[in-house]
Amino acid sequence: MEHAKLERHGMAFALAVLGVAAIGGFVEIAPLFTIENTVEQVDGMRPYTPLELAGRDIYVREGCYACHSQMIRTLRSDVDRYGHFSLAAESMYDHPHQWGSKRTGPDLARIGGKYSDDWHVAHLERPRALVPGSVMPGYAFLSQTRLETDHLSVALSALSRAGVPYSEEQIALAEFDAFSQADPEATYDQDLFVRYGENVQIRDFDGDPNFLSEMDALVAYLQMLGTLVNFDNIDAKEIAR
Amino acid sequence: MFNSAWNFSATQMQAEGNMRDAALGCQVAILLLLFAFGVLIFGMADQGIFSLHGFLIALVAGFGALKLIDKLTDPDPIIPLEYKDDVIKFGVLACFLWGLIGFTIGDVLAWQLAIPSWNGDLSWSNFGRIRPIHTTAVIFGFGGNALIATSFYVVQRTSRARLASETLPWLVVGGYNLFVLLAVTGYPFGITQSKEYAEPEWYADLILLITWVAYLYLYLKTLARRAEPHIYVANWYYLGFIVVIAMLHVVNNLAIPISFSNPKSYPLFAGVQDAMTQWWYGHNAVGFLLTAGFLGMMYYFLPKASGRPIYSYRMSIMGFWGITFLYLWAGSHHLHYTALPDWVQYLGMTMSIILLVPSWGSVFNGLLTLNGAWDKVRTDPAIRFMMVAILFYGLATFEGSFLAIRPVNTLSHYTDWTVGHVHAGALGWVAFITFGAMYKMVPWIWKREGIYSLRLEAWHFWFALGGTLIYVGAMWNSGITQSLMWQPYEPSGAFTYAFIDTVDAMIPYYWMRAIGGLLYLIGALIGAYNIYMTVRGADLPAPDPRARPLPAE
Repeated sequence: MEHAKLERHGMAFALAVLGVAAIGGFVEIAPLFTIENTVEQVDGMRPYTPLELAGRDIYVREGCYACHSQMIRTLRSDVDRYGHFSLAAESMYDHPHQWGSKRTGPDLARIGGKYSDDWHVAHLERPRALVPGSVMPGYAFLSQTRLETDHLSVALSALSRAGVPYSEEQIALAEFDAFSQADPEATYDQDLFVRYGENVQIRDFDGDPNFLSEMDALVAYLQMLGTLVNFDNIDAKEIAR
Repeated sequence: MFNSAWNFSATQMQAEGNMRDAALGCQVAILLLLFAFGVLIFGMADQGIFSLHGFLIALVAGFGALKLIDKLTDPDPIIPLEYKDDVIKFGVLACFLWGLIGFTIGDVLAWQLAIPSWNGDLSWSNFGRIRPIHTTAVIFGFGGNALIATSFYVVQRTSRARLASETLPWLVVGGYNLFVLLAVTGYPFGITQSKEYAEPEWYADLILLITWVAYLYLYLKTLARRAEPHIYVANWYYLGFIVVIAMLHVVNNLAIPISFSNPKSYPLFAGVQDAMTQWWYGHNAVGFLLTAGFLGMMYYFLPKASGRPIYSYRMSIMGFWGITFLYLWAGSHHLHYTALPDWVQYLGMTMSIILLVPSWGSVFNGLLTLNGAWDKVRTDPAIRFMMVAILFYGLATFEGSFLAIRPVNTLSHYTDWTVGHVHAGALGWVAFITFGAMYKMVPWIWKREGIYSLRLEAWHFWFALGGTLIYVGAMWNSGITQSLMWQPYEPSGAFTYAFIDTVDAMIPYYWMRAIGGLLYLIGALIGAYNIYMTVRGADLPAPDPRARPLPAE
């Protein structure tokens, strides 16, 4: 088509722009939903528990992604510093993803289990008391803020509509499960293992048994990051797509 | 001055009047729906700020609806026989207001990195919460308003037609600025969906969507009224910007709100698909908001200000379609070496490199347009702004293609180099071309003899240029330093530097960056003062009616 013709028809021009611009995204994005090995089949992945999800929502709310990535690249210097490179499967339940674009601070994809709960709480409250030279803001207010739990059922339900396989029981008991995960005294902790699997960590994360704080949730989330997939018994071929 | 487009017969007038009533009715209905939406949120919200947002939506929509209903009862509206510029004036002021807010917050963030205690540790004041205020205020508040305002100016002049509606332009700028306001007031309270440059939650996104559809409709309707056979090249770019941003906005913001009582939503896509969609969006927000839109600005204001025609029409066609096609493939270069399948990474890298061709095509087309008018770069600071903007555009697009190469990306990714690259484009290209265009357009639409002070304009230029160079230089150094410190090993196999060592090494650069940003902010304050004094200045003397050329018989 001659360009001079196109220049005489506004509507045709707009449609041509849309058509030409849509191609790139269509070719690069649509196959990610249809090609099966885009996301590997690995054991251990499970949806977040309600407490971990609440912690993740706090991570999102505070904008942690502005300075911390959660994506270990396949580079040697990344793998040696942070651990096994990240698999697509490890963020398959991440609505939204938190891969990040900047490392003002270190990558957190496998931060889980590397430090104690006490360290995390103290560090979040006063970063420079533990890491002199850190430029991280302090998050002491999280310890004093009671965790909002009454929306957790609708949150899980919204996620299940987006494709996260939460059962009706998990949705109904979300609030109850959030409290029990941070309460080591509870006798019903077996229920949590049944509902979410054996690798759920149950303890009083912030060390303050008086109430369930936002700190409990955030530390519960940080402590499970990157711990779900056991890389000892993973098929190397499956990963090397 | 206004010929064919304004010669309506009586029946045409009648038909036009009916159309106008139908269009007005549509707008009233949309605003009433928005009003109900705002009231619903106001009533159901369980957080103060969300409730306030509902109130704001209802207030703005209600005010708009009342104004429109007032118009509906007006039997014979008088539409003046001139261009519709009042709405552009609003856009210009909003652009400068958001710009100053965005630059200020940006510099506060820079100081927070240099002196971490400046975070205050008070939740709302921490880096992570206020960073999106900076990005939204500058990209959407400053950049978006600049584009909407100049696009209204350009489409009218190049089409020789008044905007196709009296009310819709106000709906567009009103709705758009409501979107920005909802976004930036939500962030300090933690309302964000955390997708970079698409942080606003679903209810604000919805308002932007309605606004954007209205914008596209208005733009096409105005083009349809043109008294020129061809659509001028600047309009292609504005149209590209409007169409592609609509597509990106809709796809990247697909989300499931958890309820009407809570601002929170969860994006529809997860993990790798979400990441790819996000960077397809993120890269093309840069490509079509911060590039195509501003190229539209360049293609009108540079020839107009320099008095030279565009160097090559053919080059502008190649540049336009090259950018429109290629940019959308390039987003995956933000995800090199990640869990994104390799074929998408390589495809993104390849297209990013080819993208340099149309990008530099635009650069040369802009610079060569100045042939025969290079003396004005020395004498007219507005043209100097535009010329340097094109140089920075050339620099940033070269750098972008370079950083998209996988091995190079290992050095730059996750570091301040990316931040420096973005600011070379944002400070050097986007804002410079905007300032250049504004210094020309403001006296034109307010009908002033010229800008209040050329000396202040020149001061603004040098502060802005100095600030940009210091900023970008500091970020290049810090980015490369940090990356080189992340990689070396000791003979024992351990890393030479702990992560915190690399943070310590950044501090001098953080100071430099904050100082560079401060200079830029001072320049912008001088610019805003200059614009303010121009607006306050005296009108041009009314043209002598006897001097009007007589129509040919």
